[in-house]
Amino acid sequence: MGELLMNVVDWSRAQFALTACYHWLFVPLTLGLGIIIGVMETIYYRTRDEKWLATTKFWMTLFGVNFAIGVATGIILEFEFGTNWSNYSWFVGDIFGAPLAIEGILAFFMESTFIAVMFFGWKKVSPKFHLASTWLTALGASISALWILVANAWMQYPTGCTFNPETMRNEMTDFWAVALSPMAMSKVFHTVTSAWALSGAFVVGVCGWMLLKGRNRDHCIRSMKVGGWVGFIGIVLTSISGDTSAVTVAKHQPMKLAAMEGLYEGSPGQSIVAFGILNPKKEIGNSEDPFLFDISIPHGLAFLATHDPDGYVPGIEDIILGKGGTSKGFGLKPLSFEQRKEHGKVAMHALAFYNDALKSRDSTLLQQYKQEIEDNFKYLGYTYLEEPEESVPNVPLTFYSFHFMVTIGGYLMLFFIVVLLLLYKPKWVPGRTKFQKLGYWLAIITIPLAYLCSMSGWIVAEVGRQPWTIQDLMPNKVAISDLSAGYVQTTFWIFAVVFTALLIADVSIICKQISKKSKTNLDVVETK
Amino acid sequence: MTHEFLQNYWWLIMSVLGALLVFMLFVQGGQSMLIGTKSKKRPLLVNSLGRKWELTYTTLVTFGGAFFASFPLFYSTSFGGAYWLWILILFSFVIQAIAYEYRTKHGNVYGTRFYDTLLLINGVVGPVLLGVAVAGMFFGVDFTVEKGKILDASIISQWGSRHGLEAIMSWKNLLFGFMVFFLSRTIASLYFINNIDDAEVQKSQHKQLSFNAGIFVVLFLAVVAVILTSPGVEINAKGFAKWVNYKYLHNFLDMWWVLMVLLLGVVMVLFGIGKSLLNKEWKCGIWWAGTGTVLVVMSLFWVLGYNNTAYYPSKLDVQSSLTIRNSSSSHFTLTAMSYVSLLVPFVVAYIAWVWRKMDLTKLTDKEIKQAGDDEIY
Repeated sequence: MGELLMNVVDWSRAQFALTACYHWLFVPLTLGLGIIIGVMETIYYRTRDEKWLATTKFWMTLFGVNFAIGVATGIILEFEFGTNWSNYSWFVGDIFGAPLAIEGILAFFMESTFIAVMFFGWKKVSPKFHLASTWLTALGASISALWILVANAWMQYPTGCTFNPETMRNEMTDFWAVALSPMAMSKVFHTVTSAWALSGAFVVGVCGWMLLKGRNRDHCIRSMKVGGWVGFIGIVLTSISGDTSAVTVAKHQPMKLAAMEGLYEGSPGQSIVAFGILNPKKEIGNSEDPFLFDISIPHGLAFLATHDPDGYVPGIEDIILGKGGTSKGFGLKPLSFEQRKEHGKVAMHALAFYNDALKSRDSTLLQQYKQEIEDNFKYLGYTYLEEPEESVPNVPLTFYSFHFMVTIGGYLMLFFIVVLLLLYKPKWVPGRTKFQKLGYWLAIITIPLAYLCSMSGWIVAEVGRQPWTIQDLMPNKVAISDLSAGYVQTTFWIFAVVFTALLIADVSIICKQISKKSKTNLDVVETK
Repeated sequence: MTHEFLQNYWWLIMSVLGALLVFMLFVQGGQSMLIGTKSKKRPLLVNSLGRKWELTYTTLVTFGGAFFASFPLFYSTSFGGAYWLWILILFSFVIQAIAYEYRTKHGNVYGTRFYDTLLLINGVVGPVLLGVAVAGMFFGVDFTVEKGKILDASIISQWGSRHGLEAIMSWKNLLFGFMVFFLSRTIASLYFINNIDDAEVQKSQHKQLSFNAGIFVVLFLAVVAVILTSPGVEINAKGFAKWVNYKYLHNFLDMWWVLMVLLLGVVMVLFGIGKSLLNKEWKCGIWWAGTGTVLVVMSLFWVLGYNNTAYYPSKLDVQSSLTIRNSSSSHFTLTAMSYVSLLVPFVVAYIAWVWRKMDLTKLTDKEIKQAGDDEIY
């Protein structure tokens, strides 16, 4: 059964990862382009300059194509919680379902109602109503992101709830603690503003291609001004919220932080790896150096994680062994893996006999079990793990994804500064004429880099929290549905083929639309 | 508010969302007619439906999310259990979502006919299988639930080995599914009659209406007969479940007001269809039949969940059957969600307002021809 179970777990994880990755290919552009279009249409509304209307409509076409496939991949994600993660759906459905329902009621209806006006309402409603509809569509997308990220954050930092042994599930006790947890807030801001940065890069990159072809210069300048500013503001806010995210992760998911840094043994004033190549021979407990090569910044990680240059950051082995008594600013008690497992066992034992005590109405025993559950429940998940190694995520994938994300994030900051300088203070940029073509190519290449950066962020967030579906409470292998590996494997491949086919169509349409429209005059509105 | 009140209230909300979903399935019903429609008139139908498809889609997603929030044990049991049924439903909606947007776009790789075929698949599979899924709530499915299993890392909801395929093969479920399918086509014709200003489309849709409505009425009568003669699971005061013959008939008789709502709904549907057929100039059939559909579906949900009835009977272990009492969220969550639900009338109001504003002028050939590439499907 064990092997079979692992297969189902792996295929279920693979299917969810596949769907989430495809979904995230389209969502950030919807989030950011919605804002960019909103700004463009606002300028048109205020100036009544038809050129801005033409520019708005150009980007709106791309928004529509991208939006549809984002919707298509999104529905699967919501229902996969039920189809593939049946135990999970019961264990935390009382908390996790609420954000999903709120997302539907508040956000999806807003998006789906007003997007119809946005595309088909130009001649049916007033310009003011149309502008409001465009902003409401963008707002709906952002509200949708907010609630799904609140749900995701709760899985990483379960709060505002208590375990009910009679129903065998976690139940919500504080809605605002769930909705406004520090993990949720940093995640929402980090994700949404990074989507602005990606969309800014998309707009600038597409314009770069058009300029390379010598088409619609004025339209490109208009677009790049809006895209550049939205992208720049986005990346600045992403950096600020990234800092908050790091502190939150350090506090609530120290193992994830350790994996992000490839840190096995931590210390006060821990340095941060600016660049490094991991040593493949390094395993937990052996004496190999974790890095073949690394460039580190002294006190960097300590400052990043604790906002104190001398703060203590535990490594993977420290967390397993429960080292780190001098931890500064950390919520995790320095309990070893074995100790946490022991605590979890106490909770598990109390849970197993709680209902018997309830039936026999033994109030003394009942009170004792209740107390044991309350004191030890937060370590329940460890009882499902056999070895300490199981509590460690994939270090290379987390480490390289994190460093790639940070590097490209830094590059994007520089990129948007240069773009804005070229647009507003071109004389300040030396060699702008000489390297013009190179600049256009750089703008084009920035599009895939921004996508990879965005995807890397999610890999860090999701791979880094393994093996937990719900941090410390429920590992993946306990969260699944009663399915055979073959069933999930079949649907995995069906979705892989379908999503890939749709992605091909999506990219092809977007490229064709850009190419076709760039040959027309984008300073005037197309009429029939 | 007591926990029981909140459970009843949330079942009411689910019935409203379920009823609105069934009404909005006219989009799917319309899609199932596209390939048989003359290619000259097809753009009118596609564009008429294309401005509404996202509302159906959103209603489905919200229905799922609300079920998860209010009755998580159903979400956990049914979705993971009837895997193939739900996956096929989801698959059909995934391919719908891109079909409208891509069908006429340059560079769509696979051609317009391919995307129209996707719309056809969703148009047939969506309503039929959603009907099958709901029918399982009346006639029972093969599962067991044991919440304590989570402690030894086992799965709390166990299902028969065919995971939903057996539900698709059941004649009762299929009867229900095809009833929903022909209802969706009937309402689609009424929608086209209301939304498109074109003599040829009007004529063909009146023809379609008489055909589809005829089949729908026959199937509806058959489904009602099967439901009223079927056993259901009743829960006694001690929480013990047992199969009871004619349970749904008893529920209608015990809850006379539900029967009244059902009958009112049926009359409204028949009136909407009948008057549309008799008076070709009358365009309001969709509102009568649509409102009637909402009332009928709500009444069916009420006999499913109220009056100490299990809304998801288990044929393998009757004590595992799901009720609105044993499968709901906690008192706190239902209360919190109830505050959120106060926004539902506001949401419905702005949807209705926008719908009215957008449909004030009916869709014509001229509008399609004059529209820019980005304003038509």
